[in-house]
Amino acid sequence: MKVLVPVKRVIDSNVKARVKPDQSGVDLANVKMAMNPFCEIAVEEAVRLKEKGVVTEVVIVSIGPAQAAETIRTALAMGGDRGIHVQSDTDLQPLAIAKLLKAVADEEKPNFILMGKQAIDGDNNAVGQMLAALLGWPQATFASKVEISASSAKVTREVDGGLQTEEVALPAVITADLRLNEPRYASLPNIMKAKQKPIVAKPAADYGVDIAPRLTVLKVTEPPKRAGGIKVEDAAALVAKLKTEAGVI
Amino acid sequence: MSVLVIADHDGKHVRDTTHKTVAAAARLGDVDILVAGKGVGDAAAQAAKIDGVKTVLVAESDDLGHGLAEALEALIVPLAAKYDAIVVPSTSQGKNFAPRIAAKLDVAPITDVIEVIDASTFVRPIYAGNALETVKTSDAKKVITIRPTAFKPAGEGGSAKIEKIDAGGGAKGAKFISEEIVKSDRPELGAAKIVVSGGRAMGSAEEFHKIIEPIADLLGGAVGASRAAVDAGYAPNDYQVGQTGKVVAPDLYIAIGISGAIQHLAGMKDSKVIVAINKDPDAPIFQVADYGLVADYKTAVPELMAALKQAGK
Ligand SMILES: Cc1cc2nc3c(=O)[nH]c(=O)nc-3n(C[C@H](O)[C@H](O)[C@H](O)COP(=O)(O)OP(=O)(O)OC[C@H]3O[C@@H](n4cnc5c(N)ncnc54)[C@H](O)[C@@H]3O)c2cc1C
Ligand SMILES: Nc1ncnc2c1ncn2[C@@H]1O[C@H](COP(=O)(O)O)[C@@H](O)[C@H]1O
Repeated sequence: MKVLVPVKRVIDSNVKARVKPDQSGVDLANVKMAMNPFCEIAVEEAVRLKEKGVVTEVVIVSIGPAQAAETIRTALAMGGDRGIHVQSDTDLQPLAIAKLLKAVADEEKPNFILMGKQAIDGDNNAVGQMLAALLGWPQATFASKVEISASSAKVTREVDGGLQTEEVALPAVITADLRLNEPRYASLPNIMKAKQKPIVAKPAADYGVDIAPRLTVLKVTEPPKRAGGIKVEDAAALVAKLKTEAGVI
Repeated sequence: MSVLVIADHDGKHVRDTTHKTVAAAARLGDVDILVAGKGVGDAAAQAAKIDGVKTVLVAESDDLGHGLAEALEALIVPLAAKYDAIVVPSTSQGKNFAPRIAAKLDVAPITDVIEVIDASTFVRPIYAGNALETVKTSDAKKVITIRPTAFKPAGEGGSAKIEKIDAGGGAKGAKFISEEIVKSDRPELGAAKIVVSGGRAMGSAEEFHKIIEPIADLLGGAVGASRAAVDAGYAPNDYQVGQTGKVVAPDLYIAIGISGAIQHLAGMKDSKVIVAINKDPDAPIFQVADYGLVADYKTAVPELMAALKQAGK
């Protein structure tokens, strides 16, 4: 079986995003970047499925500027087999990303697609569902457990209220939640090996899909700051404050 | 403009998230509500009472009862022809199907909206709430998910007409197997006025039960948790508050043994009053806390219980 894993390069999850003073966006100059954590989890799951013999080929795809190739390389060091870099210097919106990924899926014909549930920059949580819709495939989002069999996937999903298990016919799109697994660190030998693995690059425009933005960002602002609070001496003082000052109990 | 809101309900009751979504949708135009599920007669009757709702559409099938995205797509995409906007509460269920519908309609979804500026301009948080973006869409039809905590609920004095409709084509390729829903008498996390959350400091599920739940119950609040507490198995997954868990904005949020990572703050920093109990005076949670208590929770929480009881709780 072949699995396609779309990965995104985003701000490192330990870095606090800062808004640019001219409100045109978030300042990413000299900011540490990394693979989106949910994409890492998807790569890990794909590699584990390969190690178990369920999957024979793990194809990594990323859409973005030149540096997206580094993110693909990281996924290859974790155990991916080859990469596809869809080149785009402009920041594309989820609908455009989903259309490009559909074009890649049409060429690659994977048995299923494993991807992150959410990119931690735009926090859209949309591409997987949109890709499934465009392909006309079923979807299993927010996965915390995945079992792949010959023609279907049994997926346990994290939902409001608890867990839901469903079965989707393959091909399908599965999106990873945080508790699906703990991604490995690539070992030095594997990082070296990954340098030899092939990455094919192709400009986004060559896929012939409509990637024009539908949303115009008018401005990006800082959220209102909370006024600083106080430290209280002990539990009794806290209750007194909550009762008389805050009036919440 | 005509707007179709997709109701969030538990089968019997329409959730408060629906009222909040209607309030947001009413800023766009006339509101109809779709109640999709199985055995949802009572929920539909409640939806008909929400202020400003013109018509309640009711669709029932087993697949809809399990909330399968494929079934909702088959139902809603044809209905969308009649509406200018589809507006959905940003719950795990809404997040699951709304983008699917948007893609089918060739529309860019606008997710997690916290402010409606006008019929095509919206504000939404990005980067774990560290930035807010104002976006204007050029799509004629809109698909929007609403972050319920950002809106006040619509009232209940309406009497919309209720109309049964066909359930649509079913969930092609997807089948419900089972679910494990955590049963609780406590208020729902997203709607509770008071939330008490525990973090990694609890160290075990027993300690989490013993420490966090009694104060939540004393205050009539809901229980939340940090990701670390959920990952370690101290609390179930749907307790997780944060960027990738639930977003809450209660009157009072009490964080116990939680450091205050940006991803956790993303889910609770819009609470009215924040209390933090942490033994590390430099824990980042204190930067957003109105009242900080630097203490070991093992002594502070029993003292807090005693003080609350003395104060008449
Ligand atoms: C992609 C991504 C998404 C994430 N999404 C979320 C999310 O939605 N929600 C979320 O919460 N996290 C999320 N996280 C994780 C987040 O970054 C933190 O790791 C997590 O919130 C830490 O949980 P914690 O505060 O319980 O644990 P810790 O950071 O370990 O903090 C424990 C705290 O307890 C205090 N403490 C210890 N013992 C005591 C004691 N006896 N008495 C009092 N205080 C004590 C310590 O001083 C410390 O501050 C996400 C991370 C990533 C990468
Ligand atoms: N530029 C991109 N290149 C490849 N995959 C992407 C890209 N953007 C988003 N994705 C995938 O879509 C998932 C969800 O992203 P989003 O819907 O933007 O929150 C991510 O975890 C990735 O798997």
